[in-house]
Amino acid sequence: MHITLADIKRGEKGIILDVSSEEIPFKLLEMGCLPGNPVELLQVAPFADPMYLNINGTHLAIRKDTAKHILIELSDG
Amino acid sequence: MAKQINVALIGNPNTGKTSVFNALTGLNQKVGNYPGITVEKKEGICKLPKGLKAHIIDLPGTYSLNASSLDESVVIELLLNQQHKDFPDVAVVVTDVENLKRNLLLYTQIKDLEIPTILAINMADRMTYKGIQLDIPYLEKELQTKIALISTRKNKGIDHLKELITNYKALSTQACLEASEIDKPYFEGLQKAFPNQLLYKLWLVITQDVNFGTLERQDIDAIQDFKTKSKADLKRLQQKETIKRYQFINNTLKKGQTIDLSSAKDLRIKLDRILTHKVFGYLIFFGILMLIFQAIYDWAELPMEFIDGAFASLSEWVKASLPSGAFTDLVAEGVIPGIGGVVIFIPQIAFLFLFISILEETGYMSRVVFLMDKIMRRFGLSGKSVVPLMSGTACAIPAIMATRNIENWKERLITILVTPFTTCAARLPVYLIIIALVIPEGTLFGLSYKALTLMLLYLIGFVTAVLSAKLLNNILNIKSKSYFVVEMPNYKLPLFKNVALTVIEKTKSFVFGAGKIILAISIVLWFLASYGPGDQFNNAEEIITIEYANQNVSEDDLQQKIAAHKLEHSFIGITGRAIEPVIKPLGYDWKIGIALISSFAAREVFVGTLATIYSVGSDDEDTIKNRMAKEKHPVLGTPLFNLASGISLLLFYAFAMQCMSTLAIVKRETNSWKWPLYQLVIMTAFAYIVALIAYQVLK
Repeated sequence: MHITLADIKRGEKGIILDVSSEEIPFKLLEMGCLPGNPVELLQVAPFADPMYLNINGTHLAIRKDTAKHILIELSDG
Repeated sequence: MAKQINVALIGNPNTGKTSVFNALTGLNQKVGNYPGITVEKKEGICKLPKGLKAHIIDLPGTYSLNASSLDESVVIELLLNQQHKDFPDVAVVVTDVENLKRNLLLYTQIKDLEIPTILAINMADRMTYKGIQLDIPYLEKELQTKIALISTRKNKGIDHLKELITNYKALSTQACLEASEIDKPYFEGLQKAFPNQLLYKLWLVITQDVNFGTLERQDIDAIQDFKTKSKADLKRLQQKETIKRYQFINNTLKKGQTIDLSSAKDLRIKLDRILTHKVFGYLIFFGILMLIFQAIYDWAELPMEFIDGAFASLSEWVKASLPSGAFTDLVAEGVIPGIGGVVIFIPQIAFLFLFISILEETGYMSRVVFLMDKIMRRFGLSGKSVVPLMSGTACAIPAIMATRNIENWKERLITILVTPFTTCAARLPVYLIIIALVIPEGTLFGLSYKALTLMLLYLIGFVTAVLSAKLLNNILNIKSKSYFVVEMPNYKLPLFKNVALTVIEKTKSFVFGAGKIILAISIVLWFLASYGPGDQFNNAEEIITIEYANQNVSEDDLQQKIAAHKLEHSFIGITGRAIEPVIKPLGYDWKIGIALISSFAAREVFVGTLATIYSVGSDDEDTIKNRMAKEKHPVLGTPLFNLASGISLLLFYAFAMQCMSTLAIVKRETNSWKWPLYQLVIMTAFAYIVALIAYQVLK
């Protein structure tokens, strides 16, 4: 099932399928937010925003607005 | 002279690059600015084996060679310009063993520039703890470099790194992958057009946003023809390049690095569960803030009283031991109180930077950014605005510079505009002395009234900052994308050496930076207060003696009346009385007026100014505080510093824009005089109105 990163819940993991490079900062790509890389939602701030993620081994926080532009596929575990 | 080689330290933020710098240079370092811009430039000297010396530059942290900020563009500017006097003979890329994959991206880019490069893998002491094993010979071969496994925490591997730097000539200058494969025809054409130029260099010049600093523009203009690709095409190509680099890194690490997750222990998860918790996270943050204020007020009080007293006795001693005359007066009444007015802030500034640097060092600051983002966004700010607003409690200048990592221009501009409302260290001495004079003794919930007043003033500053941000958010019509990326680094125990060096460095730059101004102003003030035009000043003795001839006045009283008369008719007295009508409704006299004017050079001058003015012509050497307490209202005869005028002064200082250096920095960061002028006029007018209301209500 294809969903965006903004839809996943705390503790869920997935694989990045696509990122719309016009909508997200290039810096995020450089930090490893690229198709094929794993992602996990570690923690959310109140109102589920921003989101504290582990993307490809890098721990970072982004806003929900940005996460909407990252397409992922949920994986088990 | 021994031969000196240039070494550049390059690395992502949070890799401990500065610790490596500190380990290499120790106290042999200085912090300055890059010419023309406010990016901090750290450089130092390191002694190497074989009598070599290395000149080490700690470049600003960057994730890649694609600059998205002024700080990052400094890195590129240096690495692209072989003529630059600091151009590195050897680059040391500092990486964190736990984030090797990401950290290597920058490394592969540096390698493409064909600069001799050493790979320093830091925090090697955490490898067993994290279940990480590295095949160093394999990695050295694939990455075409020499690797130094180091631990700045355990002080290991530094000598090895020095040895590698010494033998830099043996390093390979080969790139470790062919990035140009992403679009062969394009890059071949580019190379053909500029056969003498390095391909990756050309590519960087083409793809960089051109709105930064002083990058050598001839190169860019020369390849204007090649800007045939659209911006979107270039961006796609950059993405392809990044993917290609990651593929290479992934393949290399697959063989060169093994991570046994079962033996990895993670403190991060446990700590994050509490520190970023929806309730406890905020409570802990608030608790830490309380602790900081308590420290600044209570713990710093004793050393401050000591300093105040020491300078008073020094003045006295100078007066007693040197032959009397104009020079002695200048030293005892101008120079010494002036220096005292600077030195007295050291305890508080040191405490503040101690806390801020510990919060940064431990990685806790990023959690605060995470927790506060959503709330701050309601006011048009970003979670990242918390750091400037907190640093603003030290000084608005570094705070405004710290806004650079806010990606969104509107959020950044608003942060810059409201940061001067936060209570900077320069306001602190003004607050402290006035609070000490006008706020009564007593406690509430175990905190003294005085500490509470101080906390309230910090709170007022912060609330005003946030509310004006909200206002600006509604007024300013700027469209910009809401970008927000913040790295959440591992928790680390702060390194004593790093914290100590930060505290020393920041305190030193305050003392010598602000100190010079304060001292100069103190001396000028002393002259203006000791000399005056016309008969009233020059014949003060006669005038007063005649006036009080028939009254029974003691010799001492007479002398004091003469001194007061002289001061009133000195240059400074004339100026002060000229502005008195404007400030009288706020409860101030002309002496405070002078202090207000001189505060525009720097707020902290206030105390020094009053100290200088009150000590001119007074024989009894006393502390600044006691002198201020003795001042009487010229008409009413009640103490000049009472609750009403005190609160009015506190509020005036809380809101007014009184710092020329801040205005200059705002001009530089916003690249326009418009914003600093708005700040000056609006903040000061607001301060005047609030102070006026406070005095009229309380008096």
